[in-house]
Amino acid sequence: METLSTLADGFAIALTWQNLALALLGCFLGTIMGALPGLGPSNGVAILIPLAFTMGLGPTPALILLTSVYYGAMYGGRISSILLNIPGDEPAMMTCLDGYPMAQKGLAGQALAISGIASFVGSFLATWGLVLLAPQLVKIALLFGPAEYFALFALAFMTLGGVSSTNQAKSAFAAALGLALAMIGVDTQTGVPRFTFGEVHLYDGLDFLVAIVGLFALSEVFIFLENRHGGADGDSTKLKVGRLTPPLSMVRETTPTMLRSSFLGFLAGVLPGAGASLGSFISYSMEKRLVDKKGTFGKGDPRGVAAPEAGNNAAAGGALVPMLALGVPGSGTTAVLLAVLLSLNITPGPLLFSQNPDVVWGLIAALFIANFMLLAMNIPMVGLFTRVLMVPPRILMPVVAMVSFVGIYGISGSSFDLLVMIGFGVLGWVLRKFDVPLVPIILGTLLGNTMENNLRRAIAIDNGDWFTLIDSPLAISLWAVAIFGFVLPLIVGRRLKSSMRKKPHEEGSTKD
Amino acid sequence: MSDRIFGLVGALLAIGYAFAAMQIEESFLSDVVGPKAFPLIIATVLGISSLIIALRPDASPVWPPLNRLAEIFAAVVVMILYAELLPEIGFIIATAFAAAYLAWRLGSSVLESVLVGIGTSVGIYAIFHLVLGLSLARGPFGF
Repeated sequence: METLSTLADGFAIALTWQNLALALLGCFLGTIMGALPGLGPSNGVAILIPLAFTMGLGPTPALILLTSVYYGAMYGGRISSILLNIPGDEPAMMTCLDGYPMAQKGLAGQALAISGIASFVGSFLATWGLVLLAPQLVKIALLFGPAEYFALFALAFMTLGGVSSTNQAKSAFAAALGLALAMIGVDTQTGVPRFTFGEVHLYDGLDFLVAIVGLFALSEVFIFLENRHGGADGDSTKLKVGRLTPPLSMVRETTPTMLRSSFLGFLAGVLPGAGASLGSFISYSMEKRLVDKKGTFGKGDPRGVAAPEAGNNAAAGGALVPMLALGVPGSGTTAVLLAVLLSLNITPGPLLFSQNPDVVWGLIAALFIANFMLLAMNIPMVGLFTRVLMVPPRILMPVVAMVSFVGIYGISGSSFDLLVMIGFGVLGWVLRKFDVPLVPIILGTLLGNTMENNLRRAIAIDNGDWFTLIDSPLAISLWAVAIFGFVLPLIVGRRLKSSMRKKPHEEGSTKD
Repeated sequence: MSDRIFGLVGALLAIGYAFAAMQIEESFLSDVVGPKAFPLIIATVLGISSLIIALRPDASPVWPPLNRLAEIFAAVVVMILYAELLPEIGFIIATAFAAAYLAWRLGSSVLESVLVGIGTSVGIYAIFHLVLGLSLARGPFGF
């Protein structure tokens, strides 16, 4: 009951004209970004962060804008999956499997509508999940001391690689690289400069926003330059939408699928390192196993459209749980959102719920509102977004690059930061060629200093005894989960990821 | 093969990082752990994972042909020039050129590229500077 009353307070915060307008703007931009191949949720949110800052938004409005973009991108990804058979972003790739066949049968409008409804159900239920689960997680997190936090961060890094990479060594490499980058700058505890090589610009450390925009947005530009598929098809003949109202029987038929997939997707989102791509993947696989008696999946079965869409939208909501309650994001986009919070001087985690309840509950309320806006945008107004798909990457990508530059320059006003961003762009391109996941790098640069501080604090409390790290049952269990999460994918992960890889035809964009 | 080189580079990076960590001056006010310990742990993880990558390489990625690499390199040079020249020649001019270049290299026709360049730069200027009040680089002409 207490939760419900705080939620009501949240609605009071969210229901201002400014916040409603921001949610609407975010939903609109997010849907476009999700729909455009090459712009996914994480780079979409990344290039909009500077915008949020320059508008001088407070924490709650900024978060409302950016999470609306996040939810919107999850909705939008399906549009190009269904119409063009090109996933707009990685989580939407499973939607191609049945969405495109439906479009070929002339049922594009119905596929869009049913997937829109599924997206709504998924994110609506997941937002409720967030409301109910996050406060419980906070209660556990309040028991954490520095040693437990250190273990928790280790857990996040060790499990993050699990699904997002085929090679655990590479995700460990990525995490270490991110942490290594975070160490640059003046040490907060002793005041000595580290890894600055005498460069004054580095004394404050690397701005992680620079790293994020470079790694996610600029590297995408390089990928397009490399393949020069700047002319991806904006063939208008394919974009016939047709009737937008699904028959009632179709809705009835897909309802159980949506409910099951939402649940699974939410779970996948809450688990660290899984994220929306896995959410849509397991939802689809399970539905296929469960209800595909006549073998219609893959040939344009509406349930095959509903399952991954409910799954990935639910996972998007689920991924917010650990980010808000523990300060440990479970996916790329939530890592980017964490960067936003940190830049606004807000530390997510259990204290966020007691110190800034307005931020948390205002955000959650805004998510409910955004969801209804998205439903309205994505079914009756979907035609608007299909037109956006006609913008070819050769025009889109220069705009993306320039917006990235402008945003970073707008924050710091220094050419040096732009050069660092270009460096990260190249690094991101190289690492993507090597199949090194980028999310652990981001997470490393974000959490590196906090992780180190917790380590040092834990050991200082115990007068230099390193065994304090594995002293409490809570810490030991966190370490156990971490090790389990690191080792398990070595056994089963390869198989899962390779079967995920087999299905899409197109190189996916940045992982969410 | 690519992965072996990658792993070796990573290992060298780890060694370099460890060396740089050893160079960190300890303050006399240091806490028990000090500023070196965590970087050294990171260097260890970096080194071990690099060695594993080198010893158990994945299949090589498809590297683009030389002319595509040159394309990326040229784009990087243009971006660096952009970053350096931005405060000198102002936002609108620099951005128009950079965006036009990228559009052209991504396969737009020359006329289209020019339009994309001007459109992007004026559009961003209008939205970010005039509407949102973000301060952009001012050139000699005030924009």
